[in-house]
Amino acid sequence: MGFVQTIGRLALTFLRTTGRLGLFAGSAFAHCVRPPFYWRIILKQMIDIGYFSLPVVGLTAIFAGMVLALQSYTGFARFSAEGAIANVVVVSLTRELGPVLAGLMVAGRIGASLAAEIGTMRVTEQIDALTTLSTNPMSYLVAPRLIAGLLMFPPLVLVADIIGVFGGYLVAVYKLGFNASIYLQNTWDFLEAGDVYSGLVKAAVFGVIVTLMGCYHGYHSKGGAQGVGAATTNAVVSACILILAFDYVLTEMFFAR
Amino acid sequence: MTDPAPKIRIRDLHRSFGPKRVLAGLDLDVKVGESLVVIGGSGSGKSVLIKCILGLLPIDGGRIEIDGESVVNIRAEARERINRKIGMLFQGAALFDSLPVWENVSFGLLAQKKVNRKEAREVAIGKLAQVGLGADVADLYPAELSGGMQKRVALARAIAGDPEIIFFDEPTTGLDPIMADVINDLIVKITREVGATALSITHDMASARKIADRIAMLYDGRIIWAGPTAEIDRSGNDHVDQFIHGRAEGPIKMAVRA
Repeated sequence: MGFVQTIGRLALTFLRTTGRLGLFAGSAFAHCVRPPFYWRIILKQMIDIGYFSLPVVGLTAIFAGMVLALQSYTGFARFSAEGAIANVVVVSLTRELGPVLAGLMVAGRIGASLAAEIGTMRVTEQIDALTTLSTNPMSYLVAPRLIAGLLMFPPLVLVADIIGVFGGYLVAVYKLGFNASIYLQNTWDFLEAGDVYSGLVKAAVFGVIVTLMGCYHGYHSKGGAQGVGAATTNAVVSACILILAFDYVLTEMFFAR
Repeated sequence: MTDPAPKIRIRDLHRSFGPKRVLAGLDLDVKVGESLVVIGGSGSGKSVLIKCILGLLPIDGGRIEIDGESVVNIRAEARERINRKIGMLFQGAALFDSLPVWENVSFGLLAQKKVNRKEAREVAIGKLAQVGLGADVADLYPAELSGGMQKRVALARAIAGDPEIIFFDEPTTGLDPIMADVINDLIVKITREVGATALSITHDMASARKIADRIAMLYDGRIIWAGPTAEIDRSGNDHVDQFIHGRAEGPIKMAVRA
């Protein structure tokens, strides 16, 4: 009996959370396109999410590109297919690793800080205070962050793509002894606009996921410092899982035709 | 009855959290221009009462009217219009810590686009002066202020929109007795200056006696006694007597377990 009850309770909790998240997302999106717009806050969030994430994203991307070149070399050397390294690096970075790694890193950075900030505002009644001061917390707090995430993730991923390819180039040319101009020529030949675009679309979706999760968990946190801590963890974990899940869905949409 | 219509009229208000009935058929009138203080123990539902009136919490049943207009389940625009008549002093001040003091004070005015940023700053400095703070704090951030100063800034923010009604949620909690008295004096002075109706909740009897024209006691989800401040010592109600004298023994049994 206890076992069945547990399953039932889990199922109900899951449905309730999904429904609440759906309503929250719907309201948040509605406020993204409905005035008032808080330009000052949107700009501040764009700088925070875009500009200040550059070091993290750049470091992640350069090492990812370097590892990719090294790994594919050791693998492909067995088949004398070392020439395909440039191909592997550029395709996997633009299609997959650029958006996913950047998304996961920024989920850790931004998702956590959003959840902590908004969660603290919740438990210290600042969100209630907004309401009493004729300001809708959805349009003041949530919408600007969603907009910033949507707009700033694609440029971040573009930067990650470029730095990642450069990392692969460094390893291929300076460690593995490839000819620089041939490697660049190969990279250029295999670079396809479709791959880059699909990666940027993924990035925009991930941007919404990360900021939405941060805002949602922060907004619904309760119970003081511990509640804010839990909200922060949940924001990062759920954002990461959703990023990987949506990555599969989007990949299927783009490439499995 | 020749009394004018009450500013706030609450009838048969119900609100539960799970199985716990916090407000169970509460009736309360706040007259125009008076200062009513609701007293009651911790966890008796005082904060819930204010949050229900402000629309921050949905209610399970009953009626709440402000100026004769129902404020239950109203559209967001109507709620915003009502909220413009209202100022609220939160228990923990609830200042926006990402904004400097002056922007906190004039936040509501800026949100309603009543003023531009330059005017907002001047208004804020004027309101800060009303609560006894100099223009030098205007550019500080809330985290740089002491608890008493934060309360004053929050008070300035509550009165910035020249509200008709001001709510005070435990205005003296967390302050030393002297600062508490300073805040009490400010509340009395300011509600008089603004000419506002005030509804406060507190468990601090010294504060209640100082700021109230009338006191109401909340117990077990209802108002069990209400009367002029001068009569509270002759209420003839055991619950009220126990509370105002702060005795552990009596008809009120504190729930030791939550």
